[in-house]
Amino acid sequence: MNPAGSIVFFTTASGAGYGLLFWLGLLRPLGLVPGQGLVALALALLLITAGLLSSTLHLGNPQRAWRAVSQWRSSWLSREGVAAILTYIPALLLGLALWVDAPALALAAGLLAAAGAVATVYCTAMIYASLKPIRQWHHPLVVPGYLALSAFSGAVLLAMLAAFAGGGAVPALLAILTGAGALLLKRAYWQAIDTAPPIATIESATTLGFIGKTRPLEPPHTEQNYLLREMGFRIARKHAAKLRLIAQGAGFALPVLLALLALLLGGMPAALALSLGAVLALGGLLIERWLMFAEATHTVMLYYRG
Amino acid sequence: MTCLPQPVPGAKKLGLVIDLDTCVGCQACATNCKEWNASGHSAPLPDLRPYSAGAEGVWFNRVHSYEAGEGAAGRTVHFPRSCLHCENAACVTVCPTGASYKRAEDGIVLVDHDTCIGCGLCAWACPYGAREMDEDAGVMKKCTLCVDRIYNETIPEAQRQPACVLACPTKARHFGDLGDPESAVGQLVRERGGQPLMPELGYQPVNSYLPPRNRSSLAATPEEAAPTEIKNPLLRWMDRVLSR
Repeated sequence: MNPAGSIVFFTTASGAGYGLLFWLGLLRPLGLVPGQGLVALALALLLITAGLLSSTLHLGNPQRAWRAVSQWRSSWLSREGVAAILTYIPALLLGLALWVDAPALALAAGLLAAAGAVATVYCTAMIYASLKPIRQWHHPLVVPGYLALSAFSGAVLLAMLAAFAGGGAVPALLAILTGAGALLLKRAYWQAIDTAPPIATIESATTLGFIGKTRPLEPPHTEQNYLLREMGFRIARKHAAKLRLIAQGAGFALPVLLALLALLLGGMPAALALSLGAVLALGGLLIERWLMFAEATHTVMLYYRG
Repeated sequence: MTCLPQPVPGAKKLGLVIDLDTCVGCQACATNCKEWNASGHSAPLPDLRPYSAGAEGVWFNRVHSYEAGEGAAGRTVHFPRSCLHCENAACVTVCPTGASYKRAEDGIVLVDHDTCIGCGLCAWACPYGAREMDEDAGVMKKCTLCVDRIYNETIPEAQRQPACVLACPTKARHFGDLGDPESAVGQLVRERGGQPLMPELGYQPVNSYLPPRNRSSLAATPEEAAPTEIKNPLLRWMDRVLSR
């Protein structure tokens, strides 16, 4: 599948934003995050909004994007839109509560915002996980993967902000735990998609299996078309092994190690270590999200390539 | 509304039956489809860079050719690929705006080009590659089963058929109600053993593909009897004389 830049940025940025909102909504009312928390909330909303706006760049008619919230009964994309918009309400209320220092409202709005963040990321993941023609996406580990990556990148960002506000071991610990968990999940996912059998064959796609092994002889057109550009992408598979290593190292292992280091160091060195960790984690996740598209194969290519 | 219509027993399911035995891969169906749809319901059907290198365009019908089997048992099969108007059409249910829909009255899957946002999710959800984006207008386009021909009372009744069916010189394409087992297409599917594409994905395509007939009996036809085997003495003599 073609990794459209706008969508890769959207899943990385909004994923991190919702992760940050989730942890802030849960931890700030409990007093586990130092400082007022408004900076973290602003960063979360900035990432979420930038991601959502970026995703509309992918549309052929962005001015009609408002229509996308209408089909929540059947469409995960529509549900994602509804969840994303509804989550703004408790998120902004949380901001108000933190601003005027209203603990009861902060607790309620924080929990609702956290729930909204989980729901939105879940809907995003289900857009992909519900697509049967793409076996790498129609996989039980895709939804846990989206949730784990969002939780991890959000935790890394919160740990960084908490370190700058002077302390907060809980976010750093969460970054370590979710990072390790996300890495294990991602490795299990890669192993699963590498060994899974194809969902369909050129023989079942053409009905010609009863004659024997089938192979394409003449293509229907000599130039590109939308299908080949959108679903026939195959540059990344050549470098998949290396890119996976980079994603694991930069995206997960190094940020986790830096968070460990930050726990030991404390103070300004911890804040700097976690800043580097956050940059590495987001960079690694961009690569990982890019691979998620580039490594995915669509059944329509059976007709073109067998 | 992107929920699928409730399945009703005996409901009309308009679709195509494509005979892989007689298709000669001439591309007439694809060409006539492009011709008709460039000015009908889905108009315009644009081309990108039509007069320079890398020309491409939106087509609803693509004719592939395959080799199946080995040696004398092998076959070259021409294979037209277009929308199958699936009963379980995920291209409809994934649509966030309601632009993609399946008609309850005849099962045709259509796109409302006025409300489509061009997100492309329906094309991802289609295992068969039936949808192609009109990148000029930023909306998705697809086979309409020539909905603007089949109900069109301004054209002669015999021509109220999809353009691809009318164009086919070998009658490899048939149009009709596949929900009725006694319709002409229903009988054809039953008699020839029509097959769905990728049934394992569960989309329940309405269109059906008739398998190439078995040609092995033709290949095994014995050669004409050799002259020495002619039983009648008179004919044997004549054969000998005339063979000099």
